[in-house]
Amino acid sequence: MKLELAEAVWLEARGTLTLVELAECSGLTEEELRDLVDMGALEPLDRESRSWNFEPRCVVAACTASRLRHDLELDTHGLSVALSLLERVRELESELQRLQARLPRTLPK
Amino acid sequence: MKYKDYYAMLGVDKKASAEDIKKAYRKLARQYHPDVSKEKNAKERFQEVSEAYETLKDPEKRAAYDQLGSFQPGQDFRPPPDWEQQFSRGDFHFEDIDLADLFAGLGGGLRGGRARRDRPIPGEDYDVTARITLEQAFSGTTLELNLQMPEYDEQGRLHRVPRAFQARIPKGVTDGERLRLPGKGGKGGNGARNGDLYLNIQLVPHRFFRVSGRNLYLDLPVTPWEAVLGASVEIPTLGGRVRLSVRPGTQAGQQLRLAKRGLPKPDEEGDLYVIVQIATPPSASDREQALYRELAKVSTFNPRAHIETEVRSETGAG
Repeated sequence: MKLELAEAVWLEARGTLTLVELAECSGLTEEELRDLVDMGALEPLDRESRSWNFEPRCVVAACTASRLRHDLELDTHGLSVALSLLERVRELESELQRLQARLPRTLPK
Repeated sequence: MKYKDYYAMLGVDKKASAEDIKKAYRKLARQYHPDVSKEKNAKERFQEVSEAYETLKDPEKRAAYDQLGSFQPGQDFRPPPDWEQQFSRGDFHFEDIDLADLFAGLGGGLRGGRARRDRPIPGEDYDVTARITLEQAFSGTTLELNLQMPEYDEQGRLHRVPRAFQARIPKGVTDGERLRLPGKGGKGGNGARNGDLYLNIQLVPHRFFRVSGRNLYLDLPVTPWEAVLGASVEIPTLGGRVRLSVRPGTQAGQQLRLAKRGLPKPDEEGDLYVIVQIATPPSASDREQALYRELAKVSTFNPRAHIETEVRSETGAG
């Protein structure tokens, strides 16, 4: 039986998202997203612009926010703090992994 | 449909107050939420806890759940005869749904009743993890996916439908990266678009290459004489074996960069870094030892010069 073939695409291939699209993707309301932008937890490409555009990686941040809000019942302030901390953890883990890869392993006996 | 004891999952009594249930949930969520937990099976535990809370926190759903009756966890069961009329707005095929699906459709929930209205409901996005080898990441690959998706049929009934298809993974993906399969997620209702399926890529650790982003790292052990005299060595790369020159006087820990021999994402190709290690033989024959002793006599090389020099004391006097 021949299975249907689907092409997996890079996230960047999607292009930028509008506020409405981001709301749809993440399950957060536009107001909640605006709050997150106000708190610096999400960054649109041009903050001054009347209609915001977001990079695809913001989908991950917004979905994380949505999940934290639902799972841990955090308010907007708590959410913003949690997102910053998670981002920092992610950066540290990345750096750690980079450094560990560069360390020579002890030679096999 | 298998029974799950939601009260037991939250560690509360059947007569627990809403406040107790909330407290119990928060405590467990704090302990097992994947974003904050260090526990081994955090994700599964949290899913259980979350599912239990979803039903017990809503008074309507909790009442409906209590009316199902008491069974052993894991036991196959059906709701009592008049349960459906009292609580459910859709028909269910109890054989192929999960207890969680049942409650997702009730009370103030999104689906169930709404499935019959005309409003378009965009399909949900789903996340799955795909484990691939480094070789598959290097050349791209096709994966066979077998998933179980909850779906509504034309009558608004909920089923878990198995879906199988192939996903083509582009070359150059790395560990932790997410790819998107547009439209392969949950089916949209009433003409709305389907959700997407996200693949979280996990690389199986390789025997000798280490991965960091799109760069690869390889330890290269050389003998003392190769390091001193220089050598031409053959090394593996993901694209085939390559010959490398080790220069005379190479030091331990030195990194040799092979450009663009890492993971080949277009416009973002990684490099291969070869890290030289100087390996000494664990034992030497009599003849070898004799030769090494001669070398020791002849050589003036002192790698510890900087730490052997006596530190001159600086006293105030004199």
